[in-house]
Amino acid sequence: MSAAAAPAAVVTVQELRKRYSGAPVDAVDGISFDVREGEIFGLLGPNGAGKTTTIGTITTRVRPTGGRVTVDGFDVSRQPVEVKQRIAVVPQRPNIDRSLTALENLVFHAAYFGEPRATRRRRAEELLVQMGLEGRGGDKVDNYSGGMAQRLMIARALMHEPRVLILDEPTTGLDPQSRLFLWETMTDLRARGVTLMLTTHDMAEADRLCDRIAIVDHGKVIALDTPRGLRRLLPSEHGLEVVVAGTEPFEDAEGAAEEDRWRGRVYGEVTPTQMARRVAESGRELIELRTLEGSLEDVFVHLTGRELR
Amino acid sequence: MNPGSASVKAFFALCERDLYVTVRRDLLPFLSQSLLQPIFFLFVFGRVLPEIGAAQGAYGAQLLPGVLALTLVLTALQNVALPLIIEFSFSMEIEDRLLAPLPVTWVAVEKLLIATLRGIVGGLLILPLGELILPGGIDLSGASIPALIVMIVVGGVVGACIGLLLGTAVPPNRIAVAFGLILTPLIFTGATFYPWQALDSLRWFQIITLANPMTYVSEGMRGALTDTPHLGAGWVALGIAVSLAVFGTLGVRGFRRRAVD
Repeated sequence: MSAAAAPAAVVTVQELRKRYSGAPVDAVDGISFDVREGEIFGLLGPNGAGKTTTIGTITTRVRPTGGRVTVDGFDVSRQPVEVKQRIAVVPQRPNIDRSLTALENLVFHAAYFGEPRATRRRRAEELLVQMGLEGRGGDKVDNYSGGMAQRLMIARALMHEPRVLILDEPTTGLDPQSRLFLWETMTDLRARGVTLMLTTHDMAEADRLCDRIAIVDHGKVIALDTPRGLRRLLPSEHGLEVVVAGTEPFEDAEGAAEEDRWRGRVYGEVTPTQMARRVAESGRELIELRTLEGSLEDVFVHLTGRELR
Repeated sequence: MNPGSASVKAFFALCERDLYVTVRRDLLPFLSQSLLQPIFFLFVFGRVLPEIGAAQGAYGAQLLPGVLALTLVLTALQNVALPLIIEFSFSMEIEDRLLAPLPVTWVAVEKLLIATLRGIVGGLLILPLGELILPGGIDLSGASIPALIVMIVVGGVVGACIGLLLGTAVPPNRIAVAFGLILTPLIFTGATFYPWQALDSLRWFQIITLANPMTYVSEGMRGALTDTPHLGAGWVALGIAVSLAVFGTLGVRGFRRRAVD
């Protein structure tokens, strides 16, 4: 995609640096990226990589030591109120107002953002239904499970219709069912035009959800691309899986026979077109041909030489 | 919405939330936390001691302004400090307010305002309680109502500012120790149970008590309610101004530091 055709950036982070007072090294050491309108953008990296600090700066809770961060064109350091009007945050740890019921949490949150009194309650009830919390609005939030608290926080975040919804490690500690629900919700929100940004150390999650991913390590972005683009960084990307008719081995491919066919892998600089031609020239029928893709886990290992943990 | 009016709306919405919680959820805990100790002070020192001859009957008139000041300052102080310590650590509830579209300093000011209001309510309730508990009831004939109103308001603000500093400076695992170490001297060296003037014969203690902001609130209250000798109005004003400047500045600075890393 050319730069001109790319949708406008909602969040821009330029050469962001952050050193906490008393810390010997920068927690964030020159990070740059854009979050584009309508996409799901992921910050992927191990714990301590600088993801939460980066999120903290975008949400005005962490003051940058250097660089520039804007949301919808507003500078997070100089125009924090404008920035806060446009973002919503679902934090890592529940921060629900425990003196209030679930419904009151949503209604008061909307009030903080100047939503008219008449629409607050209706919208809150709609969102409770949407988040699978119908009939639980009057509950004290102390009685909420981790998954329910998370859904309530997402409902709360959507109350003021933010330009960008930021989720910090949203699925950490959730049961599989809640996690699936969250994934569906996020895809759904994107379909409705909400821009989402999330941090995660879960490769599968990033791969499944994100349109683009920045891999962060030691306070730096070490790669930024679509999940597919990132996989292309792998040497094994230059491999093909080929299935041909007949059980005898095909050229020098490593593989095995399967019933009436032979399935093998070819590594090295060979394109699918070349491979298809070679199969045709050999006189055998091509049944299947696909490029081998590694996992994001492999990409991380390839880039850092370390396992993601 | 432009950021200025968004901030004003957010500020009032935060106030609305706190008032709603005070009235609908916290009323009994709030009143008991605020009034239990003063009720016992009034009863034991103002009623029991004169009854058994350990204090003069007129002592109640000296005690009342002190207990009123104490209630005012401590209620405001605790209603900022305790919630803040918890909201900044265990519950993280402060985050939703810090992310509301208003400057973080306004969030601190909102906390001060609500705590001051709570302090004022607690303080005002001391008057009917005094009437009920003290042997001679309360006598407002020598009182200056404008001075009383001014003292009640500024007393609450002083307490809230001290609370803001404590609430942002005390780590959650030290709440009990810190409050014991700070509140006890605050209560007993603040001219609460005796007029400051009467300490002439205990000069060193009289001097020490000048370092306690409570002294100025108690003495100001004594001046507003009674015609007994008290610390001069100028000194009271100066003491309160200095307390407000010091605790207000340090409190807001502490809050900002906790709010934005």
